[in-house]
Amino acid sequence: MAEISIRNVAKRFGDFTALHSIDLTVADQEFMVLLGASGCGKTTLLRIIAGLESPSQGEVWIGGGRVDHLPPRQRGIAMVFQNYAVFPHLTVFENIAFGLRMQKLAEGEIQHRVNRTAELMHIEQLLKRYSGQLSGGQRQRVAVARALAMEPDVILMDEPLSNLDALLRLEMRAELKGVLAESKTTTIYVTHDQVEAMSLADRIAVMNKGRIVQAEKPIEVYRNPAARFVGSFIGNPPMNFLPAMKAENGSWRVADVVFKGPTSEHDEVAFAIRPEDLAPSGTGLPAEVRVIEPLGPHVLVTCEVDGHLFRAVLDSDLELKRGQTIRLAPSPDRIRWFDPETEQSLQAH
Amino acid sequence: MTAVTARETAVPAADIRKRGRFLVAITILILSVWVLAPIYLLAINALSSPAQVNAFPKSLVPGMETESIAFFLGFAGVLRALGNSILVAGITMVLAIGLGAPAGYALSRFDFRGKDAFRIMVLMTRAFPLPLLALPLAVMFIRTGLDDTAFGLALVHTTLALPFAVLITFSLFSGIPVELEEAAWTLGCTRFQAFHKVVLPLVLPGIAASAVFAFVISWNEVFAAAVLTIQNRTLTAFLLQNINVSPMHLKFAGGAMLVLPALIFIFAVRRYLFAMWGIASR
Repeated sequence: MAEISIRNVAKRFGDFTALHSIDLTVADQEFMVLLGASGCGKTTLLRIIAGLESPSQGEVWIGGGRVDHLPPRQRGIAMVFQNYAVFPHLTVFENIAFGLRMQKLAEGEIQHRVNRTAELMHIEQLLKRYSGQLSGGQRQRVAVARALAMEPDVILMDEPLSNLDALLRLEMRAELKGVLAESKTTTIYVTHDQVEAMSLADRIAVMNKGRIVQAEKPIEVYRNPAARFVGSFIGNPPMNFLPAMKAENGSWRVADVVFKGPTSEHDEVAFAIRPEDLAPSGTGLPAEVRVIEPLGPHVLVTCEVDGHLFRAVLDSDLELKRGQTIRLAPSPDRIRWFDPETEQSLQAH
Repeated sequence: MTAVTARETAVPAADIRKRGRFLVAITILILSVWVLAPIYLLAINALSSPAQVNAFPKSLVPGMETESIAFFLGFAGVLRALGNSILVAGITMVLAIGLGAPAGYALSRFDFRGKDAFRIMVLMTRAFPLPLLALPLAVMFIRTGLDDTAFGLALVHTTLALPFAVLITFSLFSGIPVELEEAAWTLGCTRFQAFHKVVLPLVLPGIAASAVFAFVISWNEVFAAAVLTIQNRTLTAFLLQNINVSPMHLKFAGGAMLVLPALIFIFAVRRYLFAMWGIASR
């Protein structure tokens, strides 16, 4: 049992507030991804959970015990660092065994655990090597094996794949997911890569400027962004936003089209739609085609709607010309609305 | 037509580059000769017989005679002075590293108020001319009974060596990623254990080099040694006192004996001295 509970945690560095009163609960065996741009506080939050940084206020609970006053070694955690932090003066075997030796386990048990985790990470042939003789991907495997060998309640990962090249990253991502699901530990994983977050997470906590904006299942975060920031951060290309003017009977006018929308005291709200939720239609939004980028299965069309940048992912069979005006109809159940001031999601009726 | 003009302007440009490289080469040559020529002359004269040393014109090839060196080593008091030099340099080395390495670690790992000022101050201690301090120091040493002792002199030498020890170890510790320590903490280490099991093995070669450097600083120091010791003279102070009245070939032998250990040590640690000034040679 290792539920992680973060209660009202804040972190200030001098005048700069890195984290504003964070509340987050991660269930036992859950895979939680902290997602955000660099500088949003995600790594600081992870380091506070690890005990490498102390919070300015608030409490951290792991497995039912308060840990924020404890040093890292007493928290039942293992951590994988962005630059792997494989000890250069020790062999791969001794690296993986390092934590086990600190626990003073019997030599037989150490052998057994090192071999098992090495096998799991496919590095059993590298056990006698030193870090300098390994590639980046291999070092990454050693770092994960070292964490897994501890059989921790919680594994914390700080952008573990960001230093790998694209192909290797894809491979390691799938492998990590399998291995961590097997190990039944609670995982907190920090990344700025939304694809990584979507593919790995049970839940994603999207962070922005030291706050958690939304913490939900990946598909929820994608489909129903709680705030405009989430829609513009997640998705490639991101969500389109257009201004919507109040029309009669709770309707809103976007460009020259009227949609049923939410109630709001404002005269203008933001209308949002994902690029793939658009289809050419006689009654859609008028869009002037600016750039056409064929992507193979789809074509990415950058247009201008009502003077605003607007992207659509369309069928690649479509015949389009630059400068042409087409009409793009949004799928009605995929339209989202955001408050212009709070930038929070507005419920449509 | 355009191609021709292009070539005409290209030639002088290449010419200037060539001249520039020539100038750099000449400068390097002059500087090297400046340093190496005295050492070379010292070496050939130390290895020549007294007759060869006093002969004219001089041969540029050493005579490979060791009698000057042998005589010098047999000279009364030389071995004792050598022993004193090693003792003082040894104590200096231990003190400089014992005090300097923790300071270097603190500078590289912790943020504290006045950190930059501290770094400047460490260097500033080198700006004090030793002759200015010599007299008050001598008086104080006599009062406290530290005069004419190896430990007293080692204290002064430690003051000279400490700034280098601090700055070299600072750069060594800065070269060890802090994540390695943090990883050790998450794997069950206390701060001290992480230092002992991870940081220390990695910096040990560098620490050894900076220890050798402290040793050399003490070994080469002559002023404080001459002022603060009388009976227990170090080799430098001993030579300063006696060599004036010695024949030429013995001066050379003494000089060579003094230079040799310093040269060997500096050569051994050159990599780390470069690293200290931020010029990575690795």
